[in-house]
Order: sequence, then structure tokens, then C-alpha cells
Amino acid sequence: MITQTSKKPDIQLRKGQIVKGKWHRHHYHVVKKLGSGAIGSVYLCVHENKQVALKISKQSASVSSEVNVLKSFQAVQGYHLGPSLIDVDDYQAHNGFTYSFYVMEYISGESLHDFMRRNGHEWLVSLLIKFANDLHVLHQQGYVFGDLKIENLIVSRKPVQLRWVDVGGTTLQGRAIKEYTEFYDRAYWQCGSRKADPGYDLFALAMVILRVYYPNGFTKGTNPKKTLQQKINQAVTIDPLRKLLLMLINNSITEAKQIKDYLLNYFIHQKSKRDKRRQHQKAKSSHEALYPFLEIGSILTIGGACYLYVTFFM
Amino acid sequence: MKTGTLKQILLITDGCSNQGEDPALVASLVAEQGITVNVIGILEDDHTEQPEGLEEVEEISENGQGVSQIVYQDALAQTVQTVTKQAMTETLQGVVNNELKQILGSEKTMEELPPDQRGEVMEVVDELGETCDLEVLVLVDTSASMTNKLPTVQEALIDLSISMNARIGRSRFAVYQFPGRKKPIQQLVDWTSKLDSITSIFAKISSGGITPTGPALKEAMYQFGKKTLRRRFTSDDYTDIEEA
Repeated sequence: MITQTSKKPDIQLRKGQIVKGKWHRHHYHVVKKLGSGAIGSVYLCVHENKQVALKISKQSASVSSEVNVLKSFQAVQGYHLGPSLIDVDDYQAHNGFTYSFYVMEYISGESLHDFMRRNGHEWLVSLLIKFANDLHVLHQQGYVFGDLKIENLIVSRKPVQLRWVDVGGTTLQGRAIKEYTEFYDRAYWQCGSRKADPGYDLFALAMVILRVYYPNGFTKGTNPKKTLQQKINQAVTIDPLRKLLLMLINNSITEAKQIKDYLLNYFIHQKSKRDKRRQHQKAKSSHEALYPFLEIGSILTIGGACYLYVTFFM
Repeated sequence: MKTGTLKQILLITDGCSNQGEDPALVASLVAEQGITVNVIGILEDDHTEQPEGLEEVEEISENGQGVSQIVYQDALAQTVQTVTKQAMTETLQGVVNNELKQILGSEKTMEELPPDQRGEVMEVVDELGETCDLEVLVLVDTSASMTNKLPTVQEALIDLSISMNARIGRSRFAVYQFPGRKKPIQQLVDWTSKLDSITSIFAKISSGGITPTGPALKEAMYQFGKKTLRRRFTSDDYTDIEEA
């Protein structure tokens, strides 16, 4: 039972380096590092003139686990759940060790923080509606995303959409959450267990939105739930969003679909309000349309009166 | 495939042992008994350089076929559960590797399989990790320098219990401190499945200057033995032992 993982050094790929697969013999040209997480780092690479993302790690087991998740996502036909998987292979580094890696579709975009700074918080609602839909499909597949956090999300353009980029924490429902980050963790805030159910993701999603308002986070204090409620009430000015967050924190929403329904409902409501206002304006303007006729009428009447006065009395 | 119960000792310390047998040697003997030794070294918050003494941390875990990590206090809770889980996966991988050797005959391990097959094997490992039973004996160094870190340790243990109890398999914990009064270790919490409710377990501690890590590890190993003995005498119902 000798485990090599602990002795194997971490791997760093250099810009311009070529990673060649041991089994499938594909070449990947390293462009730059995109980021690193709990297991391994992700690099932007070029393969056959196409940009791809390559994740490499010293923990071959974890890589296999993640690949299994990505593979099961591919089974969902016609729906993009996370980046699509391109290749799985091993890389024999110059230090003599073998590192597992997998290659996936490169999703370009910007971080949620950057996007919010440029476009305003109003966009949150629209991003959320689409994202909640994705989460719903994921939950229907029997999975829970697990490590949902701002660093694992990206806002892609055309269409503007919130997408997840790291599926490392994805867990089968009913099991223990594989990976989590304290700030987004339901159990850390004493709002529930660490068992994978849809509610776990919904709580984390609420924390993602809060993180947009508090980029540096905050501590839980002596009464974690109360802290959360206070922070929500202090910062979130968008009415439906604040109500939604409070519901998510209180576990009164249990399905991702409900988020979409709630927000859409609000929108339609708002729209019908706006329509009413517009109708009101239209009614007013139809009055205004009569003004020229009234004017002409009044001019004619006065003119007529003057004419009669002149003809009768002069 | 049945793996039985995974047994682990989790040693939480902040310094070097200074009394009794070499802890690395003891750890290797403990590992021979099928008990993995994991070590977490806690750094003083104001330490900037690599402190001496904490090299021992890696040495012990390597000999104990476990996992080690050196962390600052604020990352303790998350580290405790990561280390425990990682050690579980590695042990299970070891078990699976042995099975593979028997099936495939050659000296083949998981890492040498083509990616597709490895993925299938990994599914089995994940499944086992979720369903196997787990016993963790937490051994906390309570020498003088640890005093201010003990509240964090306690929080981390509660967190560990939350993480492990989310699994399908059964998890049981015991907490011991060392050095004890006139003996290498002292029991704080007997084997239980729930650590959530522990409060101020480190309250009554008279911390001295000695850190007998080696003898403490050895004594901790016997706590697994004792329990199995006791189980044989009582019924094999888990709850009985918990209340005993």
C-alpha cells in the first residue's frame, strides 16, 4: 500500500511547452496558466489551431473522478452542462513522474466581479434565471454541483450567460459533498448538513450572489444565520433578489426551478405593471390628440361669435 | 469487494516530540496494524519562516502511510476533513491496487491503466469511500504552546464529524489528548458517531513542557484493540459500545 501521491512533486507547465499524451499521442501547446484549485492547475493550450483548457494534477485518482463526472454530462444530449470533454491522457514529465490530465472546451469570458463592475447589479437577475435552469437540469441528472463559488463561475458572451468551469466538486445526490469552500458551505453557516441534495447548491448560489456584494466576504459571528440575514438586508437593494436570498438561506426554496419561476414571475409582474403604466400614458396622450381639434373648434366658435356680433350689432 | 472498517489516527500537533520512542518508528508499526497515521501540524500565526520541529510531521505520516499537512489555525477545519478524506481514498486505492494485482497478475496499479479503465476503477474507489465504515482516533497535543489553539481544534473536530456523517457509511470518533496525567494519553471523548455536541472538552488540561508523541501514538493504537476486544464481549451492536 505505498502511495506515491505524497512524494510526487506538483507540476508546473511553462509557457510554450508541449504536452504530449502517453496513450492518445495528441500534442498540446501551452499558452498560459488559467488558474489552480484544490486539485491541479488549468492551462490554456492550443491543439490543432483550437483553444482548449487542460487540467493537470499529481492526483491521478481525482482526475479520473472528475473525468467520470464530465463524461456523464456528455450523456445529456443537446444540453451544455459544463465544458465538454475532449481528451483524457497521461503526461510523462521530465522528472520521471507521470501526471494525469484531461482536456476540455475552453470557455472564454470574464469573472462575475468584473462583469458586475462594468454592467451593474441589475444583470444578476437575468444571469440567475438562466443559471438556475442549468442547475435544475444538473439536479435532474442526479448530481449536485458541490463547490459552487465565484471562482468556479465565468460570464461568457454571446449569449451573456453564467457558466461553471470546474466540475471537481460534483457529487452524486445522497452522498457526502466532495469538495467545498467554507464561505459557500451550508454546514459552515449552520444552515444544514453536508449531504449532497439540491438545497446544498441553492444555498451556495445565494452565497455567490452575496459575494458579489461583499467581494472580501465576512465572518460568521456568533449567530451565523442572523449574520447572513443582516448582510443581505444591508446590501441587496434589488427587491426580488433580496427576498429570494432570504428564502434560499431559510431553505424555503428546495428546487432550482423555483428560483427561475420566482424571478420570471416577478419580471412578468413588473412587465404587466409597466404595460399598465404605458396604457395609462396612451390614454393621456389620446386626450392630448384632441387638443388641436378643440383649439380649432374654440377658434371657430369665438370667430363665429365675433362674426355674429359684428353682423348683428354693427 | 468488502473493505471492512478503515482505521485512522489523526495527530494534531504544533511541534517536535521530546520524550520517549521515535514517533516515526512507532507510526510505521501502527501502520503495520492496518491503522493509518495522519498528521496535521499547526503553525503559529506570526511565524514567517519554516519552523523547526514541523519536519517531523511529514516523517511521521510517511511512515504511518498517511497524509500530512501543515496549516495556519484559520484553515484547520477544512484541512482536518481534507486530510481524513484523502487518507481514506489513498487507503482504498491501496486495497483496490492489491485486488488489481490479483486479477491482472502483474505488478499493475491503477495509475498504469489506460485512462478509460482507470475511470471505471475510480468509480469503485469513490463508491467504497462513500460506503465504508470509518474509525478515527484524534490525538491532540495539549502541551503549553497549543493552549490558545485548542478552541479552533475543537471547532475543526465538530466540522470533521459533520463531513463524515454526511457519508452513507458509518463513522466513529474518539478524542484523546497527550500528555495525560501520569500516562501517555488521556481520553476526552470515547468512541461515538457524533462529535457535534462536544463542548469545552479541552477545559481541564494541565499542560506541561513535554511532548511524548511516540508513546502517545503507541498507546493510541491500543485503543482500537481494546474496543474490538470489548465488542467481542458485548453484542456486536454499535450503540452498546457507544454508551459503555
